[in-house]
Amino acid sequence: MSDLELVQINPLLWEIPRTGDMRVPGRIFADRALIGQASEEHALQQVANVACLPGIVMASLAMPDIHWGYGFAIGGVAAFRLEDGVISPGGVGYDIACGVRLLRSNLIFEEVKESVPGLVHELSRMIPAGVGRRGQIRFGQKEMDAVFTRGAPWVIEQGYGWPEDVDVIEDGGFLPGGDPSLVSHRARERGFAQPGTLGAGNHFAEVQLVEEVFDPQVAAAYGVFKGQLCVMLHSGSRGLGHQVCTEYVKLMGAAAVRAGISLPDRQLACAPIDSPEGREYYAAMACAVNFARMNRQVMTHLIRQSFEYIFKLPAERLGLATVYDVSHNVAKFEEHEVGGETIRVCVHRKGATRSFPAGHEDVPAHYRDVGQPVIIPGDMGTASYLLKGAEGAMRESFGSTCHGAGRVMGRRAARRAIQGHELKKRLEAQGITVRAGSNRELAEEAPEAYKDIDQVVSVCHRAGLSSKVARLRPLGVVKG
Amino acid sequence: MSKYETIEHTADTGVRAFGGTVEEAFCNAAAGMFSIISDPAKVQGKERFEISVEAEDRETLLVEWLNELLYLYDSRGMLMSRFEIDYMSETSLRGAAWGEPIDPARHDLRTDIKAVTYHMLKVERRPEGWVAEVIFDV
Repeated sequence: MSDLELVQINPLLWEIPRTGDMRVPGRIFADRALIGQASEEHALQQVANVACLPGIVMASLAMPDIHWGYGFAIGGVAAFRLEDGVISPGGVGYDIACGVRLLRSNLIFEEVKESVPGLVHELSRMIPAGVGRRGQIRFGQKEMDAVFTRGAPWVIEQGYGWPEDVDVIEDGGFLPGGDPSLVSHRARERGFAQPGTLGAGNHFAEVQLVEEVFDPQVAAAYGVFKGQLCVMLHSGSRGLGHQVCTEYVKLMGAAAVRAGISLPDRQLACAPIDSPEGREYYAAMACAVNFARMNRQVMTHLIRQSFEYIFKLPAERLGLATVYDVSHNVAKFEEHEVGGETIRVCVHRKGATRSFPAGHEDVPAHYRDVGQPVIIPGDMGTASYLLKGAEGAMRESFGSTCHGAGRVMGRRAARRAIQGHELKKRLEAQGITVRAGSNRELAEEAPEAYKDIDQVVSVCHRAGLSSKVARLRPLGVVKG
Repeated sequence: MSKYETIEHTADTGVRAFGGTVEEAFCNAAAGMFSIISDPAKVQGKERFEISVEAEDRETLLVEWLNELLYLYDSRGMLMSRFEIDYMSETSLRGAAWGEPIDPARHDLRTDIKAVTYHMLKVERRPEGWVAEVIFDV
């Protein structure tokens, strides 16, 4: 479908050489099968389009789970110089700070097997999920301002969680620089009834079993062991983040014209990092990032309450601690080596996960000797992964790796190919308890609509972007 | 000719809407958007909302019109079923939408739309009439 030239650099890396307005080449991490899937869509053209933006350094990158997005490809990573580079709301996406949290427990699956269906039911009762569902937890305007600037630590002070949770959330639980005055009335309205809600689409809460451990030493450092019961949470900044992005894509469409930036695709609307629009977007985005972290923290609290109800023990006794919480839709200022020089850049990760290696100062103290935990949510019938950040990511991908399996089938095609109620039966025959709002949504998220997660993670492992620590198998799924 | 059809995109969904006039194509695009969210046949036009938006050109005006309706859906839980545009220029539009709040007992909600994107955005006049195309982030 794409006319772009594609050159194979090594078995796991492909390059789109510079042509036309491209300022840098495009580079895609993939094996032969995955690059074949990406070539069938417009995703490669999107990688090339991002390479045309001002101030981009090294290359416009894509992870192995790349697929066609709007503007930026999903699975894209791009870094921009502060002096002459841009920041783009579309390069972060509408679901700002969409991400994943992993909770561990001291429960052994074999010993609590019988309680799992009840636990999944309780989670579905406690965590509002699905299209149009509202939550019970509301914050007033002043409290929302505190959420926007201090995210998870603030909501923990209000009683939603444990103080030690913040030590293992990216950036210590909040991204500094949030300016609440930039969050519009509309964004606030859309987010008002949504604290502690999962949302719809690919978001989920899953009870999982640690099925295989690849790196026992690192797994031990993360408190993870074979046979353990864990919970994974995948959600974001909800309507609030969608509204922030919507407003800034519009604003920056005009800003790009004023700055004389020609856009290959309107959705790539951007502004110079060092401009009023650029600075304002970052400060509004940070508010949405902090809203997302508050949201996953509140849901963590609801998960702990569900466990307490089912197991009749305090969550502390059940060892229900946070392993890590990381976003995969975000723009951040970081230091990276470019052309032999360490410079500060604005890294956009749109469907890509930060993957910092051992020794990096942004890795929580607990994990600094082994590297940052990287959490990769898979499809509901297969597996999810716990990885660790690796050195190769610092050299090749601005400290980034994949973010999931990546879709291969459109939602309508999935609905045509798969019956929701049959899928539910099939998953239940595999021992997976399913609590979904609708069979239709379930069918859209069927395992066959996604790429092979084992293959995606394996490419990242072999390419040195992240290393495998453990594979987690779903036992129970709560979805919209 | 049908009023709209949905466009398939790997991760997202869009609408291609038709109309004898550009106003009609815009109204059909809105109907198409709400048909992704829920079954339009079950939504009654009980409440009326006035909509007035401005943009720099006709394409962005389509995005703004749909964003306005999406905002009413996400913040107030309004499902819309009827649309009218009273006045429209290249850069501004005045109209109304009729709908009702989500009632879980009657409305089967299908897919959440997060936002209206500018990706592959198109409003054009063809020999057979107007066509408006837009992709949603779902």
